[in-house]
Amino acid sequence: MSVPMFWREIPSRYNLSGSRCTMCGAYHYPARNICPKCRRSGKIEPYNFGGTGEVVTYTVVNTPAKRFEKYTPYILAIIKLDEGPKITAQLVCEPEDVKIGMRVRAVFRKMGESGERGIIYYGTKFVPA
Amino acid sequence: MREVAVVGVGCTRFGELWNRSLRDLVVEAGIEALEDCGVGGEEIDALFVGNMSSGQFTKQEHIGCLIADYAGLASFHIPSVRVEGACASGGLAMHQAFLAVASGYYDVVVAAGVEKMTDVSTEDATDALAAASDREWEGFAGATFPGLYAMIARLHMHRYGTTREQLALVSVKNHANAVHNPKAQYRRNVSVEDVLNSPIVADPLRVLDCSPITDGAAAVVLAPLDIASEYTDTPIRVKASACATSTISLHDREDITTLDATKEAAKRAYSMAHISPADVDIAEVHDCFTIAEICAIEDLGFCAKGEGGKMTEDGETEIGGKIPVNTSGGLKACGHPVGATGIKQIVEVVQQLRGEAGKRQVDGAELALTHNVGGSGGTAVVHILSR
Ligand SMILES: [Zn+2]
Repeated sequence: MSVPMFWREIPSRYNLSGSRCTMCGAYHYPARNICPKCRRSGKIEPYNFGGTGEVVTYTVVNTPAKRFEKYTPYILAIIKLDEGPKITAQLVCEPEDVKIGMRVRAVFRKMGESGERGIIYYGTKFVPA
Repeated sequence: MREVAVVGVGCTRFGELWNRSLRDLVVEAGIEALEDCGVGGEEIDALFVGNMSSGQFTKQEHIGCLIADYAGLASFHIPSVRVEGACASGGLAMHQAFLAVASGYYDVVVAAGVEKMTDVSTEDATDALAAASDREWEGFAGATFPGLYAMIARLHMHRYGTTREQLALVSVKNHANAVHNPKAQYRRNVSVEDVLNSPIVADPLRVLDCSPITDGAAAVVLAPLDIASEYTDTPIRVKASACATSTISLHDREDITTLDATKEAAKRAYSMAHISPADVDIAEVHDCFTIAEICAIEDLGFCAKGEGGKMTEDGETEIGGKIPVNTSGGLKACGHPVGATGIKQIVEVVQQLRGEAGKRQVDGAELALTHNVGGSGGTAVVHILSR
């Protein structure tokens, strides 16, 4: 991921900022310009998520994606935020402690570094609540 | 719309073909398809080629032109269009070729698919494939394709009681079918124990739950049904060609265990062909992972949601069962050169419908379905063919 590609999404990645449709009340993460429910009639405003939610499903990744070799094995999960949207994120806990339906909360963590340039990426992970 | 037929098919050997280039592979498959129906280069009106990522795998783009050129067609100046939809690129190329003939704009059209994946390391190939997910909102968190399908598997097991053994049986069946497919990458049997003892990739999925990295190409020749008999004694009708999209990210789907693009594409295809799922004799489905075949047979309507594991365990998807699935060996054992897969599925069912599938022939197969998926289900393509 290039620097501009990462940099422009920093508010979303660091603070779980997304959007909300004032027409139908749907929340979006990441922020969207068009509400998938109301489409162009929806009026979109920024929204910062509370960061609590529950585990919908998860896996323990043994063969990592590039940039994640050092963190392997890691727990990858789909989290349903309390406001409604789901998000793919890592869980920081012991693999045997994860359960579907488990309550979790967001934390700010290092997400890895880019080998060639030594850039360190930060983002949101989740821990048991 | 005109009725459309497949008149010729061709496919390379699938595998790690280090001595063959992308252009070698697709030309070989194309020549085989043309020779199958006696079509000469001067008769081809257009070419559609499915390819996911020649840019990442071989640093070569603009392959529509490249392929027409190396097929010796440069002097005919035929239109040649690359079609991309991740692992559904081949199915989409077939769909575009179908539309081109059905509309009446072109008569003889070649739909090809190719992927040359072993010019890069396994790590780089996996990274290239990750481009089919949402790079910014799945990939950034460390999602891999096995990781995404593992999350589908985990929830499917949790919700429906699907067992680890049932997943393994998909791999066992598809390997058994591949033994009889001379083009397959892995022509050897595996046991349930082999699958369960293979290294974990993303829990609960293991190496033998995953389709491999493969080089290969496939091609089919389409023509209007009313002139198809000029080219072949056994034209195969394309009764339906449908595709659908859904959210690119797995997490944005209402139900993580349902590929709603598959359901929608299937619904459109059944309606177009005026058939129901129960009428289908054989199917080639997108088993990029064992769980994907289980979701596919459910979402295509061959069984109720949640019953895919049991249907597999009961042997209903084996050759000789109620509806044989992936007689070619599927993506798992025949191999998965991503852009070629959707076309290879057409090649397999055409051979079955013609009665030319050798030891893996399903007796009396008259109606066949193919199902090709891009990413974790963002794109799905369904074709229905008949004798
Ligand atoms: Zn809305």
